[in-house]
Amino acid sequence: MQYFVQQLVNGLTLGSIYGLIAIGYTMVYGIIGMINFAHGDIFMVGAFTALIVFLILAAAFGSVPIVVALLVMMIVAMLLTSLYNWTIEKVAYRPLRGSFRLAPLITAIGMSIALSNFVQVTQGPRNKPIPPMVSQVYNIGGISISLKQIIIVVVTAVLLALFWYLVNRTALGRAQRACEQDRKMAALLGIDVDRTISITFIMGAALAAVAGTLFLMYYGVVSFSDGFVPGVKAFTAAVLGGIGSLPGAVLGGLLIGFIESMWSAYFSIDYKDVAAFSILAIVLIFLPSGILGRPEVEKV
Amino acid sequence: MAGAPLLDIKGVHTYYGNIRALNGVNVSVNEGEIVALIGANGAGKSTLMMTVFGAPRARTGTITFAGTDITQMPTHEIARLRIAQSPEGRRIFPRMTVMENLQMGASLDNLKYYDEDVEKVFTLFPRLKERINQRGGTLSGGEQQMLSIGRALMARPKLLLLDEPSLGLAPLIVKQIFDAIRELNRTQGLTVFLVEQNAFGALKLATRGYVMVNGNVTMSGTGKDLLANPEVRAAYLEGGHH
Repeated sequence: MQYFVQQLVNGLTLGSIYGLIAIGYTMVYGIIGMINFAHGDIFMVGAFTALIVFLILAAAFGSVPIVVALLVMMIVAMLLTSLYNWTIEKVAYRPLRGSFRLAPLITAIGMSIALSNFVQVTQGPRNKPIPPMVSQVYNIGGISISLKQIIIVVVTAVLLALFWYLVNRTALGRAQRACEQDRKMAALLGIDVDRTISITFIMGAALAAVAGTLFLMYYGVVSFSDGFVPGVKAFTAAVLGGIGSLPGAVLGGLLIGFIESMWSAYFSIDYKDVAAFSILAIVLIFLPSGILGRPEVEKV
Repeated sequence: MAGAPLLDIKGVHTYYGNIRALNGVNVSVNEGEIVALIGANGAGKSTLMMTVFGAPRARTGTITFAGTDITQMPTHEIARLRIAQSPEGRRIFPRMTVMENLQMGASLDNLKYYDEDVEKVFTLFPRLKERINQRGGTLSGGEQQMLSIGRALMARPKLLLLDEPSLGLAPLIVKQIFDAIRELNRTQGLTVFLVEQNAFGALKLATRGYVMVNGNVTMSGTGKDLLANPEVRAAYLEGGHH
């Protein structure tokens, strides 16, 4: 039982990170119907930015209080990563809007490769480690919970609450949902659709940057290729939860996190990715619109 | 007729791909008028309504609103000049509540006059008040029509475009809506440009009217004259609603 609960805790931690990334996939899909395959690499850029900020902080001030360091890392990562995603949308996706359906998808794969190669060339191909930032571990009833895990879950929860408020209770969120449901009508009501789409890319990137920062803190290492596997897993999470659904992205993220940690614990850790991706195939066959997704047809 | 028209459409051609939908249309709407555009299905009436918003864009010709050339202006900027539309198909946001749909209508002023204006809409369509927290997609066709018109009114428009406001509504509600349009026009001087299949009702309501056939305006005149015109009677009124 203790072992099982331990795995739940680990799964929750992983799932939080996947959920934060998955929101970016699902929001962009919701509003312009494309899968932004570069989103995983946006996450990786976020992690790298956090790494660089950490190294600068360490070099400039020696030891910095952990809360301050994390906060600065997150904010800088959010800003820079948003700028990347905003630019990608503007130069690579917007000109192709209204083109045939595969064009933005192919371009997104191109952007993904461009980003990871860019980081590989500028930062080098090796894993970049940082010294452990947080090392406290608490033992609660035989279950060990590290401070890192607590930070990840708390930061994710706070961010999701803010994000929920933004989407459901503000004019910006309303405009986003309107664009998602009927772009042309939104424009007829005076909503600047292009700007709303840009903001969606910025929001998705900001969440991915936080996920990247948390990822770096958790594993203590990042490399240029780290966008791929977490990216595809987060994408799987978005599909599992129902692509286009925000609660679905979070639920899917948590489920993928649980599946991965349970599989590693009870079966084989080498096959954990196989398990996660088998889920993608199974979901697509038996539940194409995901757990919380809606079927394409709706009453007009 | 003093000064330039509020909306002036001159020689507009609009295409869907290579298919020509509007063939050199000239239509003008003066401030304070109710102008009706009648014609058969597929004549291009709705296309003209959407062309005013640049979606689709006129390939040739010009559209001016209150002296500003809006032919090439982005759709959302045209809306910000206070032209509102209840479009073909109503286009209610299906997964937003009635309230949120009305709030979207009021987004130009960032909800500044929302409370005041929403009461006016509820006076016009009390049914919407009962449905305030229901999702748009679950409303009946008639309720969606009311919501679509209400949403357009929330924008405090100078010019209101109505595409088939009577479509799918019970005769009693059609009468209510036409009365409401007349009232808004009389008391607030709201300028209205409407497309209708219900030619009789529309021409009775309108100051002036246009008849459209295959992307061309073939006739125009006062509402009264068109109602009395034998050709119009034969094509759009005989055997129709009386």
